[in-house]
Amino acid sequence: MGSLIACQDIWKIYRLGDVDVQALRGVSLEIAQGEFVAVMGASGSGKTTLMNILGCLDQPSRGHYWLNGRDIGRLNQNELAEIRNREIGFVFQSFNLIPRTSALENVQLPLFYRGEPLRVQRAQAAASLARVGLTGRERHYPAQLSGGQQQRVAIARALVASPSILLADEPTGNLDTESSREIMAVLERLNQQDRITIVLVTHEAEIAAYAARELVVKDGQLVSDRRTTSTHA
Amino acid sequence: MNAFLLLTIVTAFRILGRNRLRAGLTMLGIIIGVGAVIAMVSIGQGAKAVVRTQIASMGTNVIIILPGAMTVSGVRGGQGSSVTLTVSDALDLKKRVPLLSDTAWAKRDVMQIVYGNRNWNGPVNGISPAYLTIRDWAYTSGGPITQADMDAAARVALVGQTVVENLFEPGEEPTGSTIRIKNVPFKVIGVLAPKGQSAQGSDQDDIIFIPFTTAERKLLGTQFLGSVGAIFASTDRPDELPEAVEGIRAGLRARHRLQPDQPDDFTIRTQVDIGKVQEGAGQTLTIMMFAVASISLLVGGIGIMNILLVSVTERTREIGLRMAVGAKRRHILIQFLIEAMTLSLVGGVLGIVFGILGARAMTVVAGWPTITSVESVVLSFLFSLAVGLFFGLYPANKASRLNPIEALRYE
Repeated sequence: MGSLIACQDIWKIYRLGDVDVQALRGVSLEIAQGEFVAVMGASGSGKTTLMNILGCLDQPSRGHYWLNGRDIGRLNQNELAEIRNREIGFVFQSFNLIPRTSALENVQLPLFYRGEPLRVQRAQAAASLARVGLTGRERHYPAQLSGGQQQRVAIARALVASPSILLADEPTGNLDTESSREIMAVLERLNQQDRITIVLVTHEAEIAAYAARELVVKDGQLVSDRRTTSTHA
Repeated sequence: MNAFLLLTIVTAFRILGRNRLRAGLTMLGIIIGVGAVIAMVSIGQGAKAVVRTQIASMGTNVIIILPGAMTVSGVRGGQGSSVTLTVSDALDLKKRVPLLSDTAWAKRDVMQIVYGNRNWNGPVNGISPAYLTIRDWAYTSGGPITQADMDAAARVALVGQTVVENLFEPGEEPTGSTIRIKNVPFKVIGVLAPKGQSAQGSDQDDIIFIPFTTAERKLLGTQFLGSVGAIFASTDRPDELPEAVEGIRAGLRARHRLQPDQPDDFTIRTQVDIGKVQEGAGQTLTIMMFAVASISLLVGGIGIMNILLVSVTERTREIGLRMAVGAKRRHILIQFLIEAMTLSLVGGVLGIVFGILGARAMTVVAGWPTITSVESVVLSFLFSLAVGLFFGLYPANKASRLNPIEALRYE
């Protein structure tokens, strides 16, 4: 399998008290390098669980998940952390920047845990901020930045370690239309110019329209997988 | 140092600087605990040093033998009340106990001393010449009482500083002048160098020495010729004292023909015993202060643990984020441990500073001598580090075991 991401019959079962909750019920999918995929679904559909598994924050109860040919199900906590550090860039709905810490230091974080020398951390973080158009804002604290700028800092942080995939979970959920458009433009550019693989979770059709492929999750199963022509290309 | 540790420490200090009031209150227990330890150890060591110099001023290897036992079941004669020690006891001891480098004897009484139109009531000691070497007296002028003075029962005297101050005009040279003790004229042949307070708090410089024979024949009107008030003996080294004391006890019991069931009719004391009592009192105080300080450090440690638990809860999302971008459990563990240790270390250093200042203040205000030892500072520093490590472990471990998914979603 040459795919970047390959899922084979993934199940995720939680135990809530006495009941087993089946969050994912046999999901299989493949995502190739350079794709821009939107995952859609109502809340409770299992799309967040799928996202957590794709992001190596969680492991499937059953089934296999290969990322770059590695079987994630066999890894321990430390190895998962390592994979998250090197292969995955997260962008969250609520930005999740560390408060009262400069934009540059927030972006440095993945390199910090990789143990890079301080000078390399700073240089790469500054370069990453430049990619999202935030040169000159390195010293700003999150509170001094607009929502759109904060999310761009988060994207810079996700990119800094040159991951295989960018996982964006409702990246525009907390933003106004203007900022949403700005963020989606950044993601689109990263995908088209830099061939970065993006998996985007959203429940808004408008946002999903930026992607070239649309997956729909419902009741823990993949109900639709179609390629669309990006309306914003 | 690697970039991770360096940045973590910098961050820990930044967080501390950001919440100064909170950090200060958290550190209070450690500050008070460490401060109390440093101040108390300084005061304790100062007091100990004073006792030690006092003991040294008496001579650390001196054995004092007093007539009469301190504790006799039934009737107590009281120490020194009976006449059981004699000059021949002293001379014989030197032969029986080869460990003794010197023996001397003395007898004392408080008498009126007159010089010109001044007078002073002071203890006059009749001594054998060896006494001066055993007690290690020095002279600011003149010289010692000699065997010739002893043999001739010469009317010569050595005077202590307190006596000089009370009898002579300032600047007046006592040596060579004549004083009258109980109306008997004595030539002052020397002035003793000051020794200060004894371990028991008496003024060692309020003293006059005259030859034992002179005292016996011309001043004291002794009931039994050859009886002495005390016998003094010395060994070459302090560690020979216990053996010498046993030798003396056996020798005197044999001479006095005491049956095995009879108690000693004398009391043997060494400066070490006297010092032990003093240091013992100091030690009780030190132990109590350590107890107070330990409780304070314990409370301080719990304070740190409490504030860290709050911090872990407040920063749950941050912890989740850090895990999402690749922090391993040990990274989170180390981060919070370093934050705990930063709190306890800064508290410890502040405590050390306040402790030293407090000790100084005691010296200035109360006049207590204080000595701040490097050991107590280093020990306090390490101890506060240990407190941080110990009490930081639980919150740090808790943080490191958070589930990243739940932590990220924490509101």
